[in-house]
Amino acid sequence: MAVPKRKMSRANTRARRSQWKTSAVALVSCPQCRSPKRPHMACGECGTYNRRQVIEPNA
Amino acid sequence: MPKPTKGARLGGSPAHEKLILSNLATQLFQHGKIKTTEAKAKRLRPLAERLITKAKKGDIHNRRQVLTVVRDKGVVHHLFTEIAPTFAERPGGYTRITKIGQRKGDAAPMAVIELVTEPLNAVTTTRKAPEPAAAPAPEPKADEVEETKAEASADEAEVTETEAKKDDEA
Repeated sequence: MAVPKRKMSRANTRARRSQWKTSAVALVSCPQCRSPKRPHMACGECGTYNRRQVIEPNA
Repeated sequence: MPKPTKGARLGGSPAHEKLILSNLATQLFQHGKIKTTEAKAKRLRPLAERLITKAKKGDIHNRRQVLTVVRDKGVVHHLFTEIAPTFAERPGGYTRITKIGQRKGDAAPMAVIELVTEPLNAVTTTRKAPEPAAAPAPEPKADEVEETKAEASADEAEVTETEAKKDDEA
């Protein structure tokens, strides 16, 4: 089985990991309560989707 | 070659998967609305709709076929006598899945699957009106190119004729 010959330097490891990036989650405003929510999902604040009550609001 | 089932595999074995889906179907018909993971909801929807279609037929053969999935006779009775008549007019699409975000703990995407209770709206198919589509096209032709004016006017005449026909049909 192929195995690494040398230990990878800290610089190389860190240079590779510098490319690990996160991206901001996409948000839209709820048509019912105007609070930010994720698209295609029920609003967590008022519990509606397309103005239809889906779940109990977590108030 | 058999076509694989769409969607995620559930549980640890085919028997476990079958049991999960039949339990979910039973709970859905019992409560009308259940909260589960997106993957399970997506697998449950075709099964539940197939069972409702059988319930709409309503004879003893279909009842026995539903009983092989939903083992609870009370729930099957409720499905055949209460739920199926409400879907008499609806041509499929008996359930609705709404995503409600991630579960705390394992961040599994959750969803609510429910039986549609709203009355069926008559689908109004609005065909494109012929006037706005046909009217703007000949005008720029006539302004820009004078040579093809005769042809354009001929086209316009044809268009108006067809419009008149369409109006007559409508």
